[in-house]
Amino acid sequence: MRDQRLWTWHIGAGAVILVLLGLHMTVMHLDAIVRVFNPAPGEPVDWANVVARGKSVFFLVTYVLLLGTALFHGFYGLRNILFELNPGAPAKKAMNGLFLVAGLVLFAIGTWAAWAGFTVARSA
Amino acid sequence: MIENKGRPNRLGVKGWLGGGRWGFERYLYALHRLTGLALLAYFVLHIGVTSSRAFGENAWTSAMGAVKGPLFSVGEFLVFAAFAFHAVNGIRLALVELGFAIGQPIEPVYPYRTSVDEQRPLAIGVMILAAILAIVGGIGFLK
Ligand code: HEM
Ligand code: HEM
Ligand code: HEM
Repeated sequence: MRDQRLWTWHIGAGAVILVLLGLHMTVMHLDAIVRVFNPAPGEPVDWANVVARGKSVFFLVTYVLLLGTALFHGFYGLRNILFELNPGAPAKKAMNGLFLVAGLVLFAIGTWAAWAGFTVARSA
Repeated sequence: MIENKGRPNRLGVKGWLGGGRWGFERYLYALHRLTGLALLAYFVLHIGVTSSRAFGENAWTSAMGAVKGPLFSVGEFLVFAAFAFHAVNGIRLALVELGFAIGQPIEPVYPYRTSVDEQRPLAIGVMILAAILAIVGGIGFLK
C-alpha cells in the first residue's frame, strides 16, 4: 500500500514540477522568444535579474515548492530504479534512509538559500 | 513500486537498455530513465550553485563565472532538451498509466490486436512536441 501511495505522489509531483519548472525554463531559456521576469537587459542569470526575481514573494514560495517536489520526485525515482536490481532488505533500508536524509539536507540548504537570497534582494 | 515477486529483473542493467519486442515505447522508457537521472544530477549541483546568491553579488558572479564557456552552454542545452523530453513523455506516461489513450478492452478474437498500436499515435505525437520544444529552446543558445 505504502508504495502505491508514494507512487501516486510521484506522479502528482510530476504534475506540479511540470508547471513550476515549465515557468522556470521559460524564464531562463525561452527569453529570446518570451521574455518574462527579466526586467534588466542582458542574461536571465545576470545579477540584476536575479535580484529582481529574488525580491518577489511569489518566487520565494514557488522555488521552495519546486525544490521539495523535484527532490522527492527525483530521489524517489532513483530509489525505484535501484530497487529493480533486487537488493537485499538491509540495502533497501540503507537506501531509503540515505535518500531521505540527502533529500532533507538539500531541501534545507535550498530553502535557506531561497530565504537568504530574498533578504539580500530586498536590501539591495 | 510493487515488489516484483517471482519476476526479478534478471538481466540487471542490460534489461534497462534493450527494447526487445516491446518496440518504440520501450526505448522511450530507457530515455525517460536516462533523462530523469540526468536532471536529478544537474539539480543537486544546481542547488549548490544557485545558493551562492545568498552571499550577494560577488559570490553570485564568481559562481556564474565558474560555469561559463561552450562546454557549459552545450550542457545547459542538454538539460533543457532532457527537460523537454522528460516533461512531455511524463505526461504521456501519466495518461497511459491511468488508463487513458490505450483503447477499450476488446474480446480476444483472431486476428489479435495489441493495445500497443492504440497508444502509438500518442507516443509519436508527444515526441514531435518534444522535438519542437527542444528546437525552440535551442534558439536562445545560438545567440
Ligand atoms: C539549465 C537550465 C537552468 C538555468 C539557467 C537555471 C537558472 C536558475 C537561476 C539563475 C536560479 C536563481 C534564482 C533566480 O535567479 O530566479 C535558479 C534557481 C532554482 N532552480 Fe534553476 N535553472 C535551470 C534548470 C533548473 C532545473 C532543471 C531545475 C529543477 C530540477 C531547477 C530548479 C531550481 C530551483 C528549485 C531553484 C531555487 C533554488 C534555491 O532556492 O535554492 N532549475 N535557477
Ligand atoms: C517536467 C516535469 C516532470 C514530469 C511531468 C515528470 C514525470 C515523470 C513520470 C510520469 C515518471 C514515471 C513514473 C512511473 O512510470 O512510475 C517519472 C520518472 C522519473 N522522473 Fe520525472 N517528471 C518531471 C521532472 C523531473 C525532474 C525535474 C527530475 C529530476 C530531479 C525527474 C526525475 C525522474 C526520475 C529519476 C524518474 C524515474 C525514472 C524511472 O523509473 O525510469 N523528473 N517522471
Ligand atoms: C489468473 C490467471 C492469469 C493471470 C493473472 C495472468 C497474468 C498475466 C500477466 C500479468 C502477463 C504478462 C503480460 C505481459 O507483461 O506481457 C501474462 C502473459 C501471458 N499469459 Fe497469463 N495470466 C493468467 C492466466 C493465463 C493462462 C491460463 C494462460 C494460458 C493458457 C496464460 C497465458 C499467457 C501468455 C501466453 C502470456 C504472454 C502474452 C504475451 O506474449 O504478451 N495466462 N499473463
